[in-house]
Amino acid sequence: MNQPNKQLRHPLDDLLRTDRIPHIWCPGCGIGTAFSACLTAMKKSGIDLEKTVMISGIGCSGRGAGYVNLDSYHTTHGRAIPFATGMKLANPELNVVVFSGDGDLFAIGGNHFIHAARRNVDLTVVCVNNFNYGMTGGQVAATTPFMARTTTTPAGNPDAPFNLPLLAYASGASYIARWTILHARDLMESIQEAILNRGFSFVEVLSPCPVNYGRRNKEKAMDSMRIYQERTLIRNDARPWELDIDFDKGVILGKFIETERPTCTDRYDTVCRPKELLEEMKGSKP
Amino acid sequence: MRPAVLTGEYFMTGDVACAEGALAAGCRFFGGYPITPATEIAEHISGRLPEVGGTFIQMEDEIAAIASVIGASCAGVKSMTATSGPGFSLMMENLGLAICTETPCVLVNVQRAGPSTGLPTQGAQGDMMQARWGSHGHYEIIALAPSSPQEIFYQTIDAFNLSETYRVPVLIMTDEMIGHLSERVVIPDAKTIQTVSRPSPKGRKDRFNPYEAGPNGVAPMAAAGEGYHIHVTGLTHDQRGYPVMTVEAQEWMMNQLVGKIRRNLDDIIRTEAYRLEDADIVIVSYGVSARTSLAAVDEARDQGIRAGLLRLITVWPFPESQIRELAKRVKGFLTVELNLGQMHLEVERCAAGRAPAFLVGHPGGTIIPPDDVIQALKEHF
Ligand code: SF4
Repeated sequence: MNQPNKQLRHPLDDLLRTDRIPHIWCPGCGIGTAFSACLTAMKKSGIDLEKTVMISGIGCSGRGAGYVNLDSYHTTHGRAIPFATGMKLANPELNVVVFSGDGDLFAIGGNHFIHAARRNVDLTVVCVNNFNYGMTGGQVAATTPFMARTTTTPAGNPDAPFNLPLLAYASGASYIARWTILHARDLMESIQEAILNRGFSFVEVLSPCPVNYGRRNKEKAMDSMRIYQERTLIRNDARPWELDIDFDKGVILGKFIETERPTCTDRYDTVCRPKELLEEMKGSKP
Repeated sequence: MRPAVLTGEYFMTGDVACAEGALAAGCRFFGGYPITPATEIAEHISGRLPEVGGTFIQMEDEIAAIASVIGASCAGVKSMTATSGPGFSLMMENLGLAICTETPCVLVNVQRAGPSTGLPTQGAQGDMMQARWGSHGHYEIIALAPSSPQEIFYQTIDAFNLSETYRVPVLIMTDEMIGHLSERVVIPDAKTIQTVSRPSPKGRKDRFNPYEAGPNGVAPMAAAGEGYHIHVTGLTHDQRGYPVMTVEAQEWMMNQLVGKIRRNLDDIIRTEAYRLEDADIVIVSYGVSARTSLAAVDEARDQGIRAGLLRLITVWPFPESQIRELAKRVKGFLTVELNLGQMHLEVERCAAGRAPAFLVGHPGGTIIPPDDVIQALKEHF
């Protein structure tokens, strides 16, 4: 029997600020898929959601924090990671997930990314990479492929894009994966692993921005999906330096790094705190 | 393992006294970045925080430093940073985030001479207007200016208390001279130190509106992980913390941000009067320049000039009504400061032509000698 519409509930409704829906994302945009993969992963991971925080910077993906029904912080452009670092170090019991875009995390915020990875701050960083600045109308980003057209590279992008997993690897990240929104299940599982992995965990999500990037590069939303299917290759054993993004040659996806080493907080405690205090602190924990 | 409050008598620099004041106030997170002449605050507190259960981190730049401080404060921990001119400039955007999201924190600026890299090791008071208006948009700010290491100890506690009471970032606008000056500092018994913590929410968690103000105009603040599921944004927002892109929302939010300071000026503004009762010339000064001015008042009195000192302890909000009242009865004002006229403009504005306002200014790098003040008194009055 048909239920009245208002009783229909999405399985993620309890994690959404449903009173803020409809969201701002355009039809055909991939952020929603990445976002729901992230929420599902948070749910499935079994972590205490009351102690889980989502932090975003600025941009289309940066609106993520505004829709999650958890403690959520929408910060300044590029500064989600240092904000998250302060929060995590101040209260190590929190699970801190940063959900933001490529422009936010890797251009204006690039310096923060490498340092948080170097320190192995126990954060999960999900980067929606749509190859351009969507919110401001499609300008060139640090991730825009060579020769791609954007509003500020009308003749094509003369520069090379970042290989984000390589950057994360070189900086010391503990967990590194890359998927596209077409690989929704692998993506969700990776984010789940990233959340459960102690240390700095990074998941890159390739995602279409049909309205800005797609339009200028003759790539409709469906074309992006086709590219994600036909010109990608899953290779978990790939070396980080093999992960350049060039869809003409094929783009490698997978989980590339999963290690455990002492986190920023672990090392601070053992190196900087007096032994007596550490024992006291341990004693006070249940 | 030393306690958070190091009760005792010391010979201490202003920078170290600031760090000890912070610990006494309950500060347990410091996000820093090295910069002369503020580095000693970070150096000192980096050794002290881990032994009192707090955390120090040297971030990758000043932008990250203040962002980490705001994040830590949102986790419920009293937090601070310290910097000087160039770093202060870099912190301006996130200072606005703290204002807009009503996140308490303390930011110390040990001022050096600018603009740009300027004189890194030599003091000035050139960032006073930047303290007032440096972040974009309109807002109210609380800024303190200590005149001695002892005062910076107490002012840092006061800064945290004001910050927690009103959910605002509070600035301590000190200067290189005070930061590097060694003097006697008495740290009192821990029991005698009053500390304030942000108002915490009561009632049902699912009905909590993070920006619904209490009677003094300040909303209770939930920390991350307390189960209130709050949303915090630097976008214009409503009582729920949700972004609302309307003129009405902007008016409502601005009224809350500005109103909580403007309606509590009597509680916030702190000044000190010295020989002001019968004075017909008012010297207005703060920080290191107030020490110069104090000497000048006594010297002027000896020479038969009836000068008095109004020392600004809070430079912002500016004591407008006090200047207005004084303007009705005195011959004039003389502002003494290590810049080429910043707080002087405020004095002039509030005197509003009822009494003339003059400036003894200097571009910084040295202190203003009392003789310059005496000379100006003679020249103008
Ligand atoms: S502009 Fe692009 S990235 Fe932004 S919501 Fe629209 S499609 Fe998505």
